[in-house]
Amino acid sequence: MSDRSVSTGVKILGYQVRDLARSRALGGYALALALATWGLVHFGGGTARALPSLATLVVLVVPLVSLLVTTSFVHHGGDFIELLLSHPVGRRPLFLGMYLGLALPLGAAFLAGVLIPLGASGALSTHANGVATVALAGALLTAVFTSLGFVIALRATDPARAMGAALLVWLAAAVLYDGAVLLAAYRWAAYPLETPMLVLMALNPVDVARVLVVMALDASAMMGYTGAIFQDFFGGAVGRALAIACLCAWTIVPAWVAMRDFQRKDF
Amino acid sequence: MIRVRGLTKRFGARAVLEEVDVHFRSGAVTALLGPNGAGKTTLLKCVLGLVRPSEGDVLVEGEPIDPDGSYRHGIGYMPQLPNFPPHMTGLELARMLDDLRDFRGRPDEELIEALDLRAELGEPFRTLSGGTRQKVNAALAFRYRAPILILDEPTAGLDPVASLALKAGVRACRTEGRTVVVTSHNLGDLQTIADHVVFLHEGRVRYDGSLGDLLATTRRSTLQEAIADLMRGSDATSRRETGRDTNEADPERRHLEVVR
Repeated sequence: MSDRSVSTGVKILGYQVRDLARSRALGGYALALALATWGLVHFGGGTARALPSLATLVVLVVPLVSLLVTTSFVHHGGDFIELLLSHPVGRRPLFLGMYLGLALPLGAAFLAGVLIPLGASGALSTHANGVATVALAGALLTAVFTSLGFVIALRATDPARAMGAALLVWLAAAVLYDGAVLLAAYRWAAYPLETPMLVLMALNPVDVARVLVVMALDASAMMGYTGAIFQDFFGGAVGRALAIACLCAWTIVPAWVAMRDFQRKDF
Repeated sequence: MIRVRGLTKRFGARAVLEEVDVHFRSGAVTALLGPNGAGKTTLLKCVLGLVRPSEGDVLVEGEPIDPDGSYRHGIGYMPQLPNFPPHMTGLELARMLDDLRDFRGRPDEELIEALDLRAELGEPFRTLSGGTRQKVNAALAFRYRAPILILDEPTAGLDPVASLALKAGVRACRTEGRTVVVTSHNLGDLQTIADHVVFLHEGRVRYDGSLGDLLATTRRSTLQEAIADLMRGSDATSRRETGRDTNEADPERRHLEVVR
């Protein structure tokens, strides 16, 4: 990208962050997370027991919020995107500015909502590794599902269909996928399934995030079946690095697809 | 100056524009007209690079339009719908656009003065009426003194005073030798500012000529009557082209069907 494109992308990022900072929705998201975290810590039997519950909440809520906010943003902002593109603004810097301008405030709201109550309860010093892993998993899930949200919103021209598709993707990734994998494992229990299970795990970012958290918290009770296998094979630093790399790939590939769609889209 | 050559745009199997050849001249106001769904907005969006042509090309000031959009430094555009971010004020939006355009000159704020918009520019868009948002929309299109001005339904939602101010601004642009393209369903407004008429019907150019020639050919005194005649003639042509016409058009109407 040229210097001018980079500069344009950074400007759009800045404007969008400022605009979102004034939005009540983002503040509401941070506040709801903060209340849930505070409630889990204070009524859930202490930080050690609250963290696995918080991790379960994070892997369910963060993808849903990221998907819905992104699809809604792209569809409601369609006329404004058109206006910006009628000025000397390239499509690539506009996309990158919008993507980062959405993912970064969403990630910041998540981190604020989780880390402030945990910090107030002293968990940052007593359970530093667990807290950092939950924070990292949530931040990466935000990026992943913001990318997927852009793909959905740019491909579904009708806002209702986009919302429906976003909900389906969330349901499939957060709920249905593990059930399907479990059924498959049961059906073909007589065969060595470790390698196929690992591949299936990598195909679902929610499962990968679960594994990342479980390896840090040693809380296999909150895991799906595929996560347990992943932990057996890749416990420790290698597994952690592999899970992070997998989530990074889940962020970059859909974001690249969305950018390509954006560059070809008729507004 | 904008030249459109052999432009076809298909959405799936449906052709919205077919082999459109048009020349929007400098120092003239061109009224781009046609019934709903004729392809007017799609044509303007092709010029702006918002819609990618299936075939053909668009030349702006003699150069093919570039994918990075830098040619749009030379275009001021007023979109049909003034849907701006609700939290933003007009002033913030103007400064944002100045920044994105790297605009360092003195902006054209005559329309802001004429529309008495100063106070409203400091208010968030969510608190402004539709008419006031449309005034801001117009003021932003004129702001950069661009050599090309594209206005999509500019007077929709404007009060009569604002509408007069906008038309005065358009006339001033013509005097300065700029290229102005206007689409509107308010043909009374257009008759007072347009020099040239391009009439689209079902994605094809059915008339491209001066307003005076159109009125003379149709023997009508108003643009509204002349366009109504063109529409009736184009409908007859379409029916014949698609084999739906069982009754040949009478000679009196037939000469209006395709006037090029």
